[in-house]
Amino acid sequence: MLKVRDLSVAFRTEQGMVHAVDDVSFDVGEGELLGVVGESGSGKTVSLLAVMGLITDPNAVITGSIQYRGRELVGLKPREMRALRGKEIAMIFQDPMTALTPVYTIGWQIAEQVLAHEKISKAAAWQRTIDLLAEVNIPNPRETVHRYPHQLSGGMRQRVVIAMALSCNPALLVADEPTTALDVTVQAQILDLLRKLRKNHGSAIVFITHDMGVMAEIADRMLVMYAGRVVERGKKEELFLQPLHPYTRALLDSIPPLTGKKPKRLRAIPGAPPNLLNRPPGCAFAPRCIERFEKCSAEPALGYGMHTAACFRVSS
Amino acid sequence: MIFALLQRIAQMLFVMFGISVLVFLIFFATPGTDPAARIAGRNASPEVLEAVRRSFGFDQPMYVQYLTMMKKIFITGDLTSFVNRGWKVVPAVMDTIPVTLSLVFGAAILWVVFALIIGIVAAATRGSWVDKTLMMLGLIGISMPVYWLGEVMNLLSQNRYHDTWIFSWVPPLGYKNFSDDPKGWFLTLVIPWITLSILYIGLYGRVLRAAIVESLQEDYIRTARAKGLSETRILLRHALRTSLVAFVTLFGLDFGALVGGSALLTEVVFGLQGLGKLTYDALLNLDLPIIMTTVLYASFFVVMANAVVDLLYMLLDPRVRTA
Ligand SMILES: Nc1ncnc2c1ncn2[C@@H]1O[C@H](COP(=O)(O)OP(=O)(O)OP(=O)(O)O)[C@@H](O)[C@H]1O
Ligand code: SF4
Ligand SMILES: [Mg+2]
Repeated sequence: MLKVRDLSVAFRTEQGMVHAVDDVSFDVGEGELLGVVGESGSGKTVSLLAVMGLITDPNAVITGSIQYRGRELVGLKPREMRALRGKEIAMIFQDPMTALTPVYTIGWQIAEQVLAHEKISKAAAWQRTIDLLAEVNIPNPRETVHRYPHQLSGGMRQRVVIAMALSCNPALLVADEPTTALDVTVQAQILDLLRKLRKNHGSAIVFITHDMGVMAEIADRMLVMYAGRVVERGKKEELFLQPLHPYTRALLDSIPPLTGKKPKRLRAIPGAPPNLLNRPPGCAFAPRCIERFEKCSAEPALGYGMHTAACFRVSS
Repeated sequence: MIFALLQRIAQMLFVMFGISVLVFLIFFATPGTDPAARIAGRNASPEVLEAVRRSFGFDQPMYVQYLTMMKKIFITGDLTSFVNRGWKVVPAVMDTIPVTLSLVFGAAILWVVFALIIGIVAAATRGSWVDKTLMMLGLIGISMPVYWLGEVMNLLSQNRYHDTWIFSWVPPLGYKNFSDDPKGWFLTLVIPWITLSILYIGLYGRVLRAAIVESLQEDYIRTARAKGLSETRILLRHALRTSLVAFVTLFGLDFGALVGGSALLTEVVFGLQGLGKLTYDALLNLDLPIIMTTVLYASFFVVMANAVVDLLYMLLDPRVRTA
């Protein structure tokens, strides 16, 4: 349903062009959950904001193609993009503490979205809001609709944001680290909730996270990003059992094993990602790669198969 | 909500009491000065001094003096000016209040309306030439001294172009009572309103634009966009609405100060006998009872304006309401 091809997003800055997302391609099938992992700054958020048409920075240059159910979204008229946004494609943000407008009740904010897209009465929108709050397991939805964001905990607010995203039954849901800002126990509840909602609504989900553990639980397919590029993609099982890219392997090494005795220290990946301003030639991961060899001074490309990685060790 | 309201009113009364005590102490208990001599004015005869002492109870304990003073100002209203020979102070102050209120209210309406328009339009077109022009005009408005602007206005509308069609409607300077002559009231005040409001239109327009532009960077604006709302709705319902708090704070302070006498210059240029003008004249004559009364009334206005701002806060910001 979503076909992204050669998507690049660059920002003009005083120091030069920042290539935040570089030639990224991926697909999302109907009802599928695509997990996107990668270190901070690898371009996960920017690439999905581009899909949402939410990059408002006038210095951004977006190229490539984003097709949603056959419709090209790059260069779509703002009015048409608005009609899709919130209705067919919805987004859940990372920080529920700041994602809601502080001066309106949560019910008002959810109903606002429903009324923006559907020709129904206010009363019907309000009823839908209450039902949605109940669906995301908010206690006393009838009273909670009248609460303001600051009166709710982070976990509750994230439920509100999720209810809002689901309010028009979107076909595609983009969740940008929806659990990162929450306590561990709350994280687990939100993940359970998302799983349940996925079953009920059948929406396809793009789920961004740093956390390989979370990926292992919920993803169907995965995309590993590094320095603005996709370095590996494939089915979750393949990726976990037979990681191809040294970066993916390093990421997997950095999660604690579920069983057996825990290692004393988790292995962090030494080094830092390259500067996106002037990216050195060759494989972007090379300075941190333990498997690098002569060929790596050229640029590895991602193959075409279902499970491929951008690494010379793989293609050779 | 009701409780918070009552609490705020009680607090306001308490502050007013505090101010009255403070003002009283400053005027009557400053060590080393004889308040009677100051009230009586320069070169007063011994008889006058004696009359002052008796009338204000200066031979009695301090708290009696305070109560006498407050009674004279707020209950019997028979505080008299000795400098101005038997002038009743309280009615004089009361007479100035409608003048100042008319001036400041009218100007406030103008400045709020125009500042909202300018701030919203500039924020909506941020970065464009419209925005830049508006902000430039705002800066010019802020930098024009009100006294100078008033004189220019007078020069144009009363002298130079008074006989042309543009300004022939402008009546001579001075204040007309609304109840006697509503049309005259309005016409005499139009130019003072414009003069007084220009500074604030510039200032508030710029402040509002900055606040809206800042709000537009917030995460919840991105959420609003993700919801598929129109840019207009995002601007007015989300960014503007959350920017109003800064606007209201500033408004409360300026409005209170103006009602409390800061409209002095405008009142002087346009010959309006307002609170500011009265204080100004009293200061020139060192007329202590008038100064004290106007200071008290003025500070009460400021306190009340602040209380109104706090109530507006409660309406505007739910976080304050439940805190
Ligand atoms: N408006 C902008 N102007 C300039 N650079 C930007 C802009 N927005 C993002 N970037 C840069 O783009 C890069 C990718 O950022 P992005 O937010 O997509 O990373 P991320 O993978 O989501 O990281 P995180 O896990 O921390 O959320 C970052 O280096 C960031 O500095
Ligand atoms: S291309 Fe070379 S440097 Fe890059 S990840 Fe593969 S082996 Fe390492
Ligand atoms: Mg991110």
